[in-house]
Amino acid sequence: MQTYFIELSYLLASILFILGLKGLSHPETAKRGMHLAEFGMLMAIIGTLMHHEIISYTWIITGLVIGSLVGLAMGVWVPMTAMPQRTALSHAFGAFAAALVGISEFYRVFSSGGHLERITMSALGFEVMLGALTTTGSLLAFAKLQGLVRGTPMTYKGQNVFNMVLLAITISIFVYLIVVPGSMPLFFTMVGLAFIFGLLLVMPIGSADMPVVMSLLNSYAGLASAATGFVLNNKVLIIAGTLDGFSGFILSILMCRAMNRSMTNVLFGAFGSAATTAVGGSELQGTMREVSLDDVATQLAYANKVVFVPGYGLATAQAQHAVRELADVLEKRGVTVKYGIHPVAGRMPGHMNVLLAEANVPYSSLYELEQINPEFPTTDVSVVVGANDVVNPDARENPASPIAGMPILDVDKSKSVIVLKRGQGKGFSGLENPLFFKPVTGMLYGDAKDTLTRLVQAVQHA
Amino acid sequence: MSSESLISALYVFALAAFLGYQVISRVPPLLHTPLMSATNAISGISLVGSIVTAGAHYNTVSTILGFVAVVCSTTNVVGGFVITDRMLRMFKRKEVRKDK
Repeated sequence: MQTYFIELSYLLASILFILGLKGLSHPETAKRGMHLAEFGMLMAIIGTLMHHEIISYTWIITGLVIGSLVGLAMGVWVPMTAMPQRTALSHAFGAFAAALVGISEFYRVFSSGGHLERITMSALGFEVMLGALTTTGSLLAFAKLQGLVRGTPMTYKGQNVFNMVLLAITISIFVYLIVVPGSMPLFFTMVGLAFIFGLLLVMPIGSADMPVVMSLLNSYAGLASAATGFVLNNKVLIIAGTLDGFSGFILSILMCRAMNRSMTNVLFGAFGSAATTAVGGSELQGTMREVSLDDVATQLAYANKVVFVPGYGLATAQAQHAVRELADVLEKRGVTVKYGIHPVAGRMPGHMNVLLAEANVPYSSLYELEQINPEFPTTDVSVVVGANDVVNPDARENPASPIAGMPILDVDKSKSVIVLKRGQGKGFSGLENPLFFKPVTGMLYGDAKDTLTRLVQAVQHA
Repeated sequence: MSSESLISALYVFALAAFLGYQVISRVPPLLHTPLMSATNAISGISLVGSIVTAGAHYNTVSTILGFVAVVCSTTNVVGGFVITDRMLRMFKRKEVRKDK
């Protein structure tokens, strides 16, 4: 009877999770969808608490309370600009929990001289390896995003070979453990190697490629949970883990397509360093035309249509509110204001959307690449705020460029382009951008937030 | 795990994969960030595995590992849902200005 109730609560949770994700197809239905998913989770937890194998509740309750407090703190206090970091940390926690469950299962069975079937051992091996490498990989991603560790790719000669060898060793231990089960030291070696592999996998990846890595880690964390489901024969775990796994996988493919690079290239291609060696020789000729604040203000004030193109620089400058103020002032003058959001702008999928939403920009003003590109020829002024690669015409015009073929926002087709930049440097990816040298472009130097705020004043007086 | 339950688990996996693909591909890029935090929160369902491990007192090592796993999963579940809610509340459509 008890088992029946527990299984029913899992079934309910599964259904509600699917409905919850379905709700995410539109902002209006999303909130309600999430409440359904939350309710489902609650039911599953309550159901599990009645499991007959539980002897004492002390550790459980303590764990639930501590976890809730930390989770609440993370959820409430993290600013939207730190969303990628928080997400990376979550992946680490989730993967770690999955790995721990696997390790403890293995220990429980083999320390009491029990026996695990081959199939269960396989699932357990997956769970633990995926969980371990995702934990350390996500922690390193967090460190890179937070700036604790260099954001540029860390490479060394023979790196890919070394990684492959390490992976091969880990997998062979795994296969061995399936055939000859029970060796505790071997098992822990495998786990240790998996932890190390996670670090090595993320090490050569530059900050600009983070959106792909984040999505992949999201996927792995989910797959580790799905594997846990196979080990524990728990269907809601399989379903939830698979949903998470596929979600991350789909997102990473979308990100790769948006950069026109294959997954293997992103993971093993060390983008940043390739760029400096390839383009290093050709110094761009020409001058960058600097414009004054008042010039820009006049252009904006008398424009018919203005498109803002945000990039990661918007996040670092915390300029999202200032952009919205400027947009408000322009709209009051009858200017049409739109935002062009490139899929890989920022450090994770949807990063720019969330930042702008936080600044109260209505989502109807946010346009995807395919929607906004046709509009650039009729745009009077495009304002690029902290974006670089996503508006780099080399992707269209220079087949030798590392970003060749990448779909970009065609801002250079608008009547005038204003680029907000801190200084004359090369930006996060280290690539020269010919957009800055084109006659249609004017450079406005300074801190984005500061510049935008002063533009608000200037436009009001124009 | 008997071969029977393995097959039925594989059915569930296959169906979840297809269903997942259909549902997820309908999420617009606008909502990709909440999608990531929501799926992460949902995969915190691994909490149910760690709850039993932490409470069944199989042995000390398992209990400790289970406890840590409970803390990690709960952090994910609570944090994930709180942050998804917070993000979703921010998405507003343009208000039609009635004062014109």
